Amino acid sequence: MHPAPSVILFTSLSGLGFGLLVFLGLGLPPVTGWVAFVFWLIGYVLACGGLIASTFHLGHPERALKAFTQWRSSWLSREAWGSVIALVLMAITGIGAVFLGARWALPGVLGALVCLGTVFITSMIYAQLKSVPRWHSAWTPLLFLAISLAGGALLAGQASVAVPLLLLAGAVQIVAWFAGDRAMGRSGTTLATATGLGPKVRLLAPPHTGPNYLTQEMVFVIGRKHATRLRAIALLLMSVLPVILLLLPFHHLLGLLAVLFHVAGVVVSRWLFFAEAEHVVGLYYGQR
Amino acid sequence: MTCLPTTTDRKLGLAIDLDTCVGCHACVISCKGWNAGDDGAGLGDADPYGADPLGAFLNRVHTFEVQPEDAPAQIVHFPKSCLHCDDAPCVTVCPTGASLKRTEDGIVLVNEADCIGCGLCAWACPYGAREMDPVAKVMRKCTLCVDRIYNDALPEEDRIPACVRTCPAGARHFGDFADPDSHVSRLTAERGGFALMPEQGTRPVNRYLPPRPRDRAPEVPMLTPVAEEPTGFLAWLDRALEKL
Repeated sequence: MHPAPSVILFTSLSGLGFGLLVFLGLGLPPVTGWVAFVFWLIGYVLACGGLIASTFHLGHPERALKAFTQWRSSWLSREAWGSVIALVLMAITGIGAVFLGARWALPGVLGALVCLGTVFITSMIYAQLKSVPRWHSAWTPLLFLAISLAGGALLAGQASVAVPLLLLAGAVQIVAWFAGDRAMGRSGTTLATATGLGPKVRLLAPPHTGPNYLTQEMVFVIGRKHATRLRAIALLLMSVLPVILLLLPFHHLLGLLAVLFHVAGVVVSRWLFFAEAEHVVGLYYGQR
Repeated sequence: MTCLPTTTDRKLGLAIDLDTCVGCHACVISCKGWNAGDDGAGLGDADPYGADPLGAFLNRVHTFEVQPEDAPAQIVHFPKSCLHCDDAPCVTVCPTGASLKRTEDGIVLVNEADCIGCGLCAWACPYGAREMDPVAKVMRKCTLCVDRIYNDALPEEDRIPACVRTCPAGARHFGDFADPDSHVSRLTAERGGFALMPEQGTRPVNRYLPPRPRDRAPEVPMLTPVAEEPTGFLAWLDRALEKL
């Protein structure tokens, strides 16, 4: 799949933002006043920034409000609802913490749950697609949730929780990669089932000499040759380096570095998530 | 509404004959012509006369080579358009309700006024039946020529999809798959028509009729050689050259 910057930013930033809001909703750290304002601001900038980035690839963003109508069947529509409900609940919690010095447990815990639910919904937009075998797996929501929680704990300064969560995210990431490598073979979809023309069939001539929307959007083969190296870089930045930095004696600069490394690692991981995913339509074009 | 109907009154679709298709691409052009000339938003092309044209098509013809173990390779032209699936994954993923499957005839359509151009439906389709219009920025797909088949202003023989009407080889058949006595249902039963990617669980309506077995050249024994050893001038030349 084409790794569009808008979807990479959307999933990385909103995942991180909602992860931070989960911890703020649970009262970790128990902040009020100006400190709380800064924490909430970071959470909202990340979550909303990601959501705004997701509208960049829309052909008609002016009709985006219609996306609230089909929550019965569509994970993308549920994403719209989840985001808004999560942001409203967390805003109520934030008003209490920033202006009234109060830590309201009910909207906070509810908000944390809906934030987590929204990250799950984001992952289901991809995991529901049977046409992309690498994504069509329980590892996709597990990966999104683990990365979101690890990043949230890191941003919330919860080092004791962040270390195991970062290690967990790294472990889930490794399993997701290796499970994903076998997904196309296990899906049972081959050129033989795609054409019904028997086991020995190959593309002789594509429909048109030029590219089309399908090949540009769903048949992305550039950059896969560096996949192994990029996987190592993603893991190092996303999990290993932040864990090492958190285990060193605490310093704000080290904390900032850990966050920056982690975000960079998540972006690389998300780039791979899209670039390595093969859509079965590629079979019709003799490309995967 | 993007929830799928449990059943549809009719299942309109195409039976495409892979034995008869000659790969002329007339259906591709006819489809493009009918839909691009439509009074609606058309069927756009980006940079159509430039160096890097990119256009939306609702029907494309691939060409495959089948390599049987014991016979010469065989060329199969393979037209592909929307299969109007009963379990259409493109419909349920749509966040706005622009994507729909009609209860009356099973046709899968996009309501362009509601489409936000997110592209998720094209991702969900395993067949590559949906393409984004590069000009109008909305999703396009085969409508089964819904603006022809019910159009009383057209002569009766034209009230079929443009691709079917134009096919010079008669490789495309339009009809109701819910009716077991329809032309397409009988063709499918007689010829062993099959669905594409059944393991994807989309339950497509369209059926493909397989290529018929090809004639084989009869087994004829090789002629026995009339002369194993060269004679005459050539034999002398052969011997002379050997000695050099």
